[in-house]
Amino acid sequence: MLQIKELCVKYDNIQVLHGISLELQEGELVALIGANGAGKTTTLSTISGVKRAFSGQIVYDGKDITKAGTDEIVKMGIVQVPEGRQIFSKMTIEENLILGAYTEKDSQRQKQNMQRVMELFPILRERRRQTAGTLSGGEQQMLAIARALMGNPRMLLLDEPSMGLSPLMTEQVFDAVKSLNDQGTTILLVEQNAYDAMEISHRTYIMENGVITREGKSSELMRDPAIKQAYLGGD
Amino acid sequence: MSFDYILSQFVNGIKLGSIYAVVAIGYSMVYGILKLINFAHGDLMTVGVYTMLVLMGFSGIPIWLVILVGCGMSIIFGMTMEKLVYRPLRGSGEETTLIASLAVSVFLQNLISMIFSPQKRAFHLPDFLTQTYRLGSITLSVMNILTFISIVIILIALTLMLKKTKIGMAMRACSDNLAASQLMGIKINTVVAAAFVIGSGLAGLTGLMLAGEYKTIEPLMGFVPGLKAFCAAVLGGIGSLNGAVLGGFIIGIAEMLFAGLMPTDITPYRDAFIFLLLIVVLLVKPNGILGSSEGGRS
Repeated sequence: MLQIKELCVKYDNIQVLHGISLELQEGELVALIGANGAGKTTTLSTISGVKRAFSGQIVYDGKDITKAGTDEIVKMGIVQVPEGRQIFSKMTIEENLILGAYTEKDSQRQKQNMQRVMELFPILRERRRQTAGTLSGGEQQMLAIARALMGNPRMLLLDEPSMGLSPLMTEQVFDAVKSLNDQGTTILLVEQNAYDAMEISHRTYIMENGVITREGKSSELMRDPAIKQAYLGGD
Repeated sequence: MSFDYILSQFVNGIKLGSIYAVVAIGYSMVYGILKLINFAHGDLMTVGVYTMLVLMGFSGIPIWLVILVGCGMSIIFGMTMEKLVYRPLRGSGEETTLIASLAVSVFLQNLISMIFSPQKRAFHLPDFLTQTYRLGSITLSVMNILTFISIVIILIALTLMLKKTKIGMAMRACSDNLAASQLMGIKINTVVAAAFVIGSGLAGLTGLMLAGEYKTIEPLMGFVPGLKAFCAAVLGGIGSLNGAVLGGFIIGIAEMLFAGLMPTDITPYRDAFIFLLLIVVLLVKPNGILGSSEGGRS
C-alpha cells in the first residue's frame, strides 16, 4: 500500500534521514521505534508532505506522492496525528471534529463519521460544546485521533500517541489504536514506548540516527536479546 | 469646558475609532494566521484612495463603482505583496517578515509619490455624502453615518463568516494551530490569501473614510493611521476580531478627548500620548484587553 524507497531528508544542511526504506501492506499495523532524534517524526512529516524529501521516493497505491501537497495526500486517505496532539485548543470539540472532515465534501458522510467517532470515544460526545483546550491530556489524544478519523483515512500515521499520558490512559489509547486496525485502518505507529508499540503491532522497524537498523515481525524482534537490552528495558 | 464640547469630541473619537477599528481587523486577521505584522497594511489605504482619486477625475463613473474599483486595487496590491514577498519568506521568522513589511511600506509610499508627486491633493467626496446633520452640539455627515453602519455590517458579516462558513472555520483553525491545519488538508495559501483579500479590501474602504474626513490625501497618509490601527489591534488583543474593534474605538476616543481637553500647546503631541497609553496597557495586560492568556505560540 505504501512504499518508501531510499528516502533522504535534510533540515537546512543537516541530513536527518539517510536513505530509509520501509513498506506497509494494507491492513497492517506497523511500529516505528527508536530514540529521540532518530528521525521518526521527520519520516511521518515527509509522508504527509509537510517536509520535502531531498531524494528518494514515496509510493502510495502505485502512485508517486513524493512531491504531492499535504491537502492532496489527506484527500488520498493518509492522515497524520501529530506529536503533542496539536488540537485546535481554542475551538470546541465539535469544531475540531468538523475540521478533521475538511476534505470530506459529502455532509451526510460527515455526520455519519461524527456519530462513529463519538461512539468510539464517548467522552467527546459528552463534551462536544466544550473548548478543546480544557480536555485532559488523554482526552486530547482521543480527540486528535478522532479528528483524524473524520477524514475517512485509509492509513493513519500516529506520532507518539502515548506521550505524556498516565499508564492507564496509555493503555486506553493503545486499545483504541488496536481496535481501529482491527476494523481495517492501516496504521504506522511511531513510538518511544517500544514495548507497548511492539506488542500491538504486526511488524516493527527500528530507527537509529536516520537509518533503519532492524526490521521484522514484532513478536520475533521482542525476543531478540539485543533489542530487549536496548529498547525494552532488559528482560 | 462644556458637556456639549466633551460630547462632540467623544463623537469625533467614535468616528476616528471606527476607522482604526476596520484597519485593525485587517492587521489582526493576518497576524492571527501568519504571526506577520504587516506594516505595509496602512499603505494599502493609500493605494485604494489614490485609485479612487483617479477614477473621480473622470466624470460619469458612479461613486459605488469608484469605491469598488479602489478597494479592488487595494486587494490586488495586498495579494501581490503576499505572493511576492511574504509567501517566499514564510517560515523564516517574525523578525524577517517584519523588516520586509517595513520595506514594502516604504516602497509603496515612494511608488505613489513617484506617480502622483509627494504633494497633498484635495479629495472631495460627492456632495450627498458630505451633507451634514446637527443633533444639538454634534455634527454628523452622511459619510459618518454610512461609515458607522458599514462597520456594524462588516463586523456581523465577518463574525458569521468565521463561525459558519468553511473558509471561516479554516481561518480560525489556522490562527489556532497552523501546523495542525495543514495536516487536516486545509490549503494554507488559500486561507492566507483570503485573509489578505479581506484585510486589503477593508483597508481600501477605510482609506476612503479617512480621506473623506481630512479632505486631503498624500502618499504617506496611510502610515501613521496604520500604526495606530496596529496599536489598536495590540491593545485589544492581537488575533481577536472583537479586540481589534474595541482597541480601535479606545484609541480613537482617547485621541480625540486628548486633542480636545488638553492645553493647546501639548495637543500636537497627541500621538505620543496614544503610544504611551499602549505601553501602559501592555504593562498591565501583555496580551491586550481581550487577548488570550496562553500567550503566543513560538
